[in-house]
Amino acid sequence: MLRLIGVESIADLFKNIPPDLRLDRPLAVPGALNEIDLSRHMVELAAKNRSADDAPCFLGGGSYDHFIPAVVDAIGGRSEFYTAYTPYQAEASQGSLQAFYEFQTMICQLTGLDVSNASLYEGGSSVAEAVLMAMTVTGRTGKVVIAESVHPEYRKTLETYLANLVPRVETLPTPHGFLDPDDAKKAIDDTTACVVVQHPNFFGCLEEVEALAALAKAKGALFVVSFDPISVGILKRPGQYGADIAVAEGQCLGNPMAYGGPYLGLLACREPFVRKIPGRLVGQTVDRHGKRCWVLTMQTREQHIRREKATSNICTNQGLFALRAAVYLAAVGPQGLKETAELCTRKAHYAAQELTKLPGVKLRFDRPYFKEFTLAMPKPVPALLSRILGRKFHAGLPLGQWYPALAACVSVAVTEKRSREEIDGLVAAYEVELGASGHRHDLLSKPGERLLA
Amino acid sequence: MDKNQSTELLFEMSHPGRRAHLLPQCDVPVPPAAELLPPDALADAPPPLPGVSEIDLIRHFTNLSTRNMSIDTNFYPLGSCTMKYNPKRHERMAALPGLANLHPLQSDESCQGMLEMLWDMQNILAEIAGLDAVSLQPAAGAQGELAALLVAAAYFRHKKEARTRVLIPDSAHGTNPASAALAGFDTVSIKSNARGLVDLADLQSKLDDRTAVFMITNPNTLGLFDDQIATITGLLHKQGALVYLDGANMNAILGITRPGDFGIDMMHYNVHKTFTGPHGAGGPGSGPIAVRKPLIPFLPAPLVAKTENGFHLDYDRPLSIGRVRSFFANVGILLRGYCYIRTLGPKGLRDVSENAVLNANYLLSRLKAEFDVPHGDRCMHEFVASARNLRKERKISAMDIAKRLLDFGYHAPTVYFPLVVPEALMIEPTETESKETLDAFADALIKIKGEDPQFLHDAPHTLMLSRPDEVKAAKEPVLRWKP
Repeated sequence: MLRLIGVESIADLFKNIPPDLRLDRPLAVPGALNEIDLSRHMVELAAKNRSADDAPCFLGGGSYDHFIPAVVDAIGGRSEFYTAYTPYQAEASQGSLQAFYEFQTMICQLTGLDVSNASLYEGGSSVAEAVLMAMTVTGRTGKVVIAESVHPEYRKTLETYLANLVPRVETLPTPHGFLDPDDAKKAIDDTTACVVVQHPNFFGCLEEVEALAALAKAKGALFVVSFDPISVGILKRPGQYGADIAVAEGQCLGNPMAYGGPYLGLLACREPFVRKIPGRLVGQTVDRHGKRCWVLTMQTREQHIRREKATSNICTNQGLFALRAAVYLAAVGPQGLKETAELCTRKAHYAAQELTKLPGVKLRFDRPYFKEFTLAMPKPVPALLSRILGRKFHAGLPLGQWYPALAACVSVAVTEKRSREEIDGLVAAYEVELGASGHRHDLLSKPGERLLA
Repeated sequence: MDKNQSTELLFEMSHPGRRAHLLPQCDVPVPPAAELLPPDALADAPPPLPGVSEIDLIRHFTNLSTRNMSIDTNFYPLGSCTMKYNPKRHERMAALPGLANLHPLQSDESCQGMLEMLWDMQNILAEIAGLDAVSLQPAAGAQGELAALLVAAAYFRHKKEARTRVLIPDSAHGTNPASAALAGFDTVSIKSNARGLVDLADLQSKLDDRTAVFMITNPNTLGLFDDQIATITGLLHKQGALVYLDGANMNAILGITRPGDFGIDMMHYNVHKTFTGPHGAGGPGSGPIAVRKPLIPFLPAPLVAKTENGFHLDYDRPLSIGRVRSFFANVGILLRGYCYIRTLGPKGLRDVSENAVLNANYLLSRLKAEFDVPHGDRCMHEFVASARNLRKERKISAMDIAKRLLDFGYHAPTVYFPLVVPEALMIEPTETESKETLDAFADALIKIKGEDPQFLHDAPHTLMLSRPDEVKAAKEPVLRWKP
């Protein structure tokens, strides 16, 4: 090969790099591992973690331990999908393109809206993208109104994205676990690009979405909702209560929790905004023989064509996870999604009912909730949760890290995967660690056997 | 063999009531959900998703998968995308329950192994960059660009310097100007010179105290290492500005030269490219950023920190820009990158770049007598050929060649990018391809060049479809199935 190139050594190929800029030592990274040693190393690292397989997971806050049907892994593990790239060459990418078209359709079906893109990164930047889109659609750069009950990390992401742009982010307090429409009414004005809520919100509570949609609309602002894709198995869909743009974290649709990513951002909107949508879109067309097929389309919105005037800077999205979500949604179908949502609701309500029987434990908010709920605890929260983890339960999220006023509160999420036995075990663990004596001790093995290794 | 099963849409195969997944009966004694939630919040019916049986679902998507080209089935020399082989062991490691089934908000004490891996990855990526600290947070390269530019903006704001401009070469990826605009900067385009490198005179004429950042891709999108880099970074630093490296092309320089050593202040990695993600038909990616010491306080939070008590997520970063996404990072992709780097070690990483550059130069040498390569007869990990003469003389376009290659079982190169080369064919073979594959690909290109122009306009001829009507798709958008 060198002979054909016309050089004597590989080093000659790097002559354009000035010698004084070259690294004159090996990189200081760990030495090479063969596959057996790598496997051992990774298994050892994994063993230092307490996963949802080791301790039933009652953590939520945007990432959930929902069940992943085997069909999702089987299709997601097809290397014809996962080792392909962005389907620029339509003839060589019909598999991905058709799957993304089906994904877009199912996201429209989930949201009750007209158009979905082919995915964004995850829930937080999807909120930011929706807000940027609302600014373009309305031409308004005054302010963005957002409820404090939206996921704190989504709000932080939004603030970071908008840091050097014109609009101000006005965060409305939600002391009662939801955005009071009266408070929203006072905040929304003629310069408001959009009103952003999450429904069910970060606390698991339902928002007054219909009233809020009407208030936004009355002032010409867009109504942006971050929704839970599982919840629409029983709850109204965003398009049904007046959302203009719906976004979501799609992790719950067949994707592992994986310590936070990769996940999947969903974004759907009403038809008139289609030219302002961020990210990739797959469209149907015909080939030169008139045969139906699919292509990436409306690319003049995108950064590789429009550069600094693009609707977003996004390039790589979450293709493989959009595929997984499509397989998940097709596997569960309408009835399966409904049953999943139903199970989450009932199990969460059962857990809340049993936990609030413990002395001093109360539901913090008097609001309807879906699959997670907020409890006020009679004992300092972080230490309590740490002790319950010793009893092999991921028992809830301490809310004080995001809401100082809720320092005594825990958010508990319950998915369809949690059995009654696990919920009863959680209640018993809380009971013991809260120091309440009761009848549930028999459900626990001796604490000594359960402590973290 | 006609695969009709995959040409039908799921919705057309749907039969109400069919399903591929069964759920358990409710085992808790509470009323139905309809009695637990307010009636006005409830939908009359669940979303109208398709209903399909398990076998039909699997057959549908399995057959669809066979209608893709992929690295595992075809040579995929898509320039700028680094389509190298994705080792199977990474998939197995990423699926370990102790790594895949961790909740992002579980306590630090309960995921010490994960934090250890991420801590190592921060340090390894800093070492490869020759820079001082790394944030693993950004979800992809473009988000890394945005995060780093926000860091730059915060840094200058902290120094009370009003710098409003980002300078970007005309050969840059489109994400560069798009990210700069989103970060609140005005963008200024810098010309390329006849060698395909930064035009120093143009750079100097546009460089002043309004300049915040110069974004450079080096090696650049033409596959050339800009040997003026020390001069360039010197000029920028003299003006008090920062230099950003788009790390899309790191596959060419691992262990050979380090961005920090050639004057770069901040950069992103594309873990899904350089450290073999895989690409997932367009993501997920992972776009960590590395920065020089003065910029560390502004990095997104949290970073992984280590104390005598073990590892923890450090949120105590008062000058941080905030965060560009929810949760820690695209950990699953970082984990695969970690496995890759641990498998290779220092020598293996250097071998990657040496072989990537060797393969690209070999292919270039096979083709340069047959194709116009405007920017020289040497390259780094990729090169850009042009069909401009073929177009002029025989009306054969870069797209014709790209489409015809599909008939030979090769994925097309990147076409019509970079914008500075007319009729561009951007070819990146990567280090994982054999000489035999490269020779066969070169033979195919040379054969195609001699084929009848009309035959090429009509290519591909052997795939299930040919030349979709993209104008129709954009003008009359059909973006979803409707009953």
